[in-house]
Amino acid sequence: MTDKDVLFEIKGLEKSFGNLKVLKGIDEKICKGEVVVVIGPSGSGKSTFIRCLNLLEQPTGGQIIFEGEDITAKGFDVNKHREKVGMVFQQFNLFNNLSVIDNLCVPLINVKKMGEAEAKEAAMKLLHRVGLEDKANAFPSQLSGGQKQRIAIVRAMAMGPDVMLFDEPTSALDPEMVGEVLQVIKELADEGTTMVVVTHEMGFAQKVGTRVLFMDQGYIMEQGDPKSIFENPQNERTKDFLSKVINVI
Amino acid sequence: MNMMTIFMNYYKYFLRGTRTTIVVALIVVVLGCCLGCIISLLRLSKFKPFSEFAKLYITIIRGTPMLVQLYIVYFQLDFLPYPKMTIWGMALERVMPCVIALSMNSAAYVAEIIRSGIQAVDSGQMEAARSCGMTYGQAMKLIILPQAIKNILPAIGNEFVTMVKETSILMYLGVADLMYNNNLVVTATYSPLYCYYISAIIYLILNIILGKGVSMFEVRMKKSDR
Repeated sequence: MTDKDVLFEIKGLEKSFGNLKVLKGIDEKICKGEVVVVIGPSGSGKSTFIRCLNLLEQPTGGQIIFEGEDITAKGFDVNKHREKVGMVFQQFNLFNNLSVIDNLCVPLINVKKMGEAEAKEAAMKLLHRVGLEDKANAFPSQLSGGQKQRIAIVRAMAMGPDVMLFDEPTSALDPEMVGEVLQVIKELADEGTTMVVVTHEMGFAQKVGTRVLFMDQGYIMEQGDPKSIFENPQNERTKDFLSKVINVI
Repeated sequence: MNMMTIFMNYYKYFLRGTRTTIVVALIVVVLGCCLGCIISLLRLSKFKPFSEFAKLYITIIRGTPMLVQLYIVYFQLDFLPYPKMTIWGMALERVMPCVIALSMNSAAYVAEIIRSGIQAVDSGQMEAARSCGMTYGQAMKLIILPQAIKNILPAIGNEFVTMVKETSILMYLGVADLMYNNNLVVTATYSPLYCYYISAIIYLILNIILGKGVSMFEVRMKKSDR
């Protein structure tokens, strides 16, 4: 692996909220084409970690280098960075005041400075891809959770990002809708999209992930390929966690 | 004399007063909204001196009676070169301090309404907008404010109604609004009760019309939502 392939280089990343230290020093490299799955108990800092990667949380210590640029440096253009980093949220966060098609078009027109017709065409193509072109003129309040999340995913993809971040994309969904969303994410992974996924779907982590990070108490406790993490965990905390989430009964 | 005869004989007074009340109320509502927007933006600013100033302003305005504010503005700002003109029987020298005082008062309430409306929009909306690469300003204009307006419309409508009623303190500065004319008729007829009934009905009609207007606007906003 050459240095050119490294997308994120994270050095000693720390984040505190007041007196609460959530991330206590994370060192990690994320390369192009990787599907990094982050697992761990709640409160371990998974979400904070992924949110630091597009600066929704401003790190309080350490450095994040993205494509050779220090994104934590003063005067860094956050908006340019976020165009290159797609984000999908647990709560979907579709723009409630806009129709489905405008959810995709408004960022394209205002951020990417696309023409209206061009944006519309690109948006319809993406909606077709997730089988929701018939919902183009619906409003988010009329959609199911699974539909919302699929649209949120293509909204992020529309910007043509270099990496996609998923913050528990299926945790707010009804069980029957988890599959359709994971399927879309899997397809993106199969196409070689670089992504970081925080999830509690262990089956998905095993099948789709190229690397698994286990986080606990603000540290990355253990990492490796899915097979070795799930079948042969070394760290005591990892073993404990996995025993609680797999084969629960 | 019964109520009807009083109205038939003196309706000119009532209508003239009503005109003044409407004109002043409209100006105050518009100015109050503009000033209120500015103050709410100051209040939401991350720059401490701005937000502290806005907080102080709101505290003072909300904590003192409007009549006191009116007199303070009138006497404090007496150095301003108000034009010595009379429009529709309104002496600008007296109307303008009233408009300033009422607008300043309305602005404080409008600012709080707008602030709460903006803060009621789910924070995920701003995060999603920023994640798409929008600037703070774009996110506000395209995503947050359109949703906030829906939240604040009912409360703003309330504020408009309050302002129409509050213009009744104009008579303390001798501005010939509805209440001022009402008192003229009282002196002429010695029938205060009927006069006040007539004025009450006029205020009520104004506010019912205003309320209808606001709720029509609300319905239109809702349509774009669903």
